[in-house]
Amino acid sequence: MSPAYLEVAGLRAAYGDIQVLHGIDFSVDEGQIAVILGANGAGKTTTLRALCAMVSTEGSIRLGGEELAGQRTADIVRRGVAHVPQGRGTFPELSVEENMMAGAFVRSDAEVRADIEQWYETFPVLGERRTQAAGSLSGGEQQMLAIARALMLRPSLLLLDEPSLGLAPMITRALFEQLTAINKEAGTTMLVVEQNAALALGVADVAYVLEAGEMALSGPAHELAADDNVRRAYLGY
Amino acid sequence: MGVLVSVLGVFDVSFDKLSNGELWLAQFFRGLSDGATYASVALALVMIYKSTGFINFAQGSLALLGVYLAYIFSVEQGLPVAVAVVCAMVASAVVAAFVERVFIRPFPPDHVLPLVIVTLGLLLIIDSAVGIVWGFRTRSLPSMFPSGAPIEWGIAQLTWRTIGNLGTVFAVVGLLYLLLSRTKVGLAFRAVSSNLESARLVGIRVGPTLGFGWALAAAIGTLGGALVVPDLLLEPSIMLRVLIFSLAAAALGGLDSMVGAVIGGLVVGLARNLLVTFLDLSELALATAVAVILVVLLVRPTGLFGSTRVERV
Repeated sequence: MSPAYLEVAGLRAAYGDIQVLHGIDFSVDEGQIAVILGANGAGKTTTLRALCAMVSTEGSIRLGGEELAGQRTADIVRRGVAHVPQGRGTFPELSVEENMMAGAFVRSDAEVRADIEQWYETFPVLGERRTQAAGSLSGGEQQMLAIARALMLRPSLLLLDEPSLGLAPMITRALFEQLTAINKEAGTTMLVVEQNAALALGVADVAYVLEAGEMALSGPAHELAADDNVRRAYLGY
Repeated sequence: MGVLVSVLGVFDVSFDKLSNGELWLAQFFRGLSDGATYASVALALVMIYKSTGFINFAQGSLALLGVYLAYIFSVEQGLPVAVAVVCAMVASAVVAAFVERVFIRPFPPDHVLPLVIVTLGLLLIIDSAVGIVWGFRTRSLPSMFPSGAPIEWGIAQLTWRTIGNLGTVFAVVGLLYLLLSRTKVGLAFRAVSSNLESARLVGIRVGPTLGFGWALAAAIGTLGGALVVPDLLLEPSIMLRVLIFSLAAAALGGLDSMVGAVIGGLVVGLARNLLVTFLDLSELALATAVAVILVVLLVRPTGLFGSTRVERV
């Protein structure tokens, strides 16, 4: 069996003296959607931040066979890792269009312009508001912009931290449908942290459940969703 | 009315002065000329504040160093003043980039207080170093602009220097706008100013971007110093006074607004000259700057053009 596209082994992370991740292992195959579930404070956000060197870490993070641990955020981004942080992933003072251009900051190819237009077609509201300051958009529109901004990198791995946070259920469903469509069309590997376990398990291929900084469970998403004990113990629905 | 007269009496106001239109106009022009300087240094302060969230108290000191270099290049080395000023701007930009790399970047960018203390320390160190190297005797730096006045009304003169100072500031604002809105490094700088974490996550190298901001701000501050020093005399404490007026200008404009910095600078320049002339406040000129800062903080803490930060929780 060939190694997975993203291979994480013995990942530990700490904020100062407070150890948040106690050596977790997980992997995501190329083109898959993986979801990380768990209670508040389990270390889900920290896991995503660790992959981008936004927190001090130990352990191994291999992407396409290449070690990312020890590299700087700016260099990890240049390897094709895009990260949509929780809540405020946009540049509020910059226009929608400038946000999109910032998303393509490390690219120097000639297709940036065409990509912007393409995402305006996927998210028409962004096209309509292209000259408006991002901070003037609604919460849902800002979340779309943050995701479109991340896609402007043409990422090989997209990290999404609570994309549904603060969004109305209908908008959340539409957003997840768009994410699956992008995953199918572009083959973008995705790692999603999500509170809405039912929704996330519906679109994911594999699922991991974190508990107090340790990996409590893992398996194909549909199996976890079907297991009543798992649902009662970890997923709360 | 009686109260007004007695209040004005405290300030020894002469009604001859107040009704002298030419004097008003003369002070108006002088105010604009001073204001152009305050606007330049305020612009530099705002650039750093916008991108880092703290006030760089060493901004005036970096400008002081720049103006001394301009003096060396022009008076001692014999370069034309304008060329000397441009060389000094480049040199102070290099020094500022070095200072940022060595003294600022080691500190975590999200803890503002230690950084403010560091800039206060830099102010003392640079001002003293300038005094040690070049001494405390006063020198005079010629202006970049010709003397004389193309337009005169009696004692009121619109001098070339006033025109040049104002033109310089507006040119700087125009170029800065183009740089920040049309270039990639400008986009990086604005992205870092807007959201540090997302800037990292799109691959912007935050440290060098902030270093670039320091270099650019120092060059603009040096230019501001080169505009004002011909009116005063060059000595090691000169930019401290300018810094205080520029702080008032930046506070009035809203600290995070570049347009606000320019308008704030011109208003403070005008207020200073009019108050000093008509209320005979020459000993209290500096106090007018402090008064502006106090009033702004009390009445409208976001200044005239500052943005109120609204955050979704």
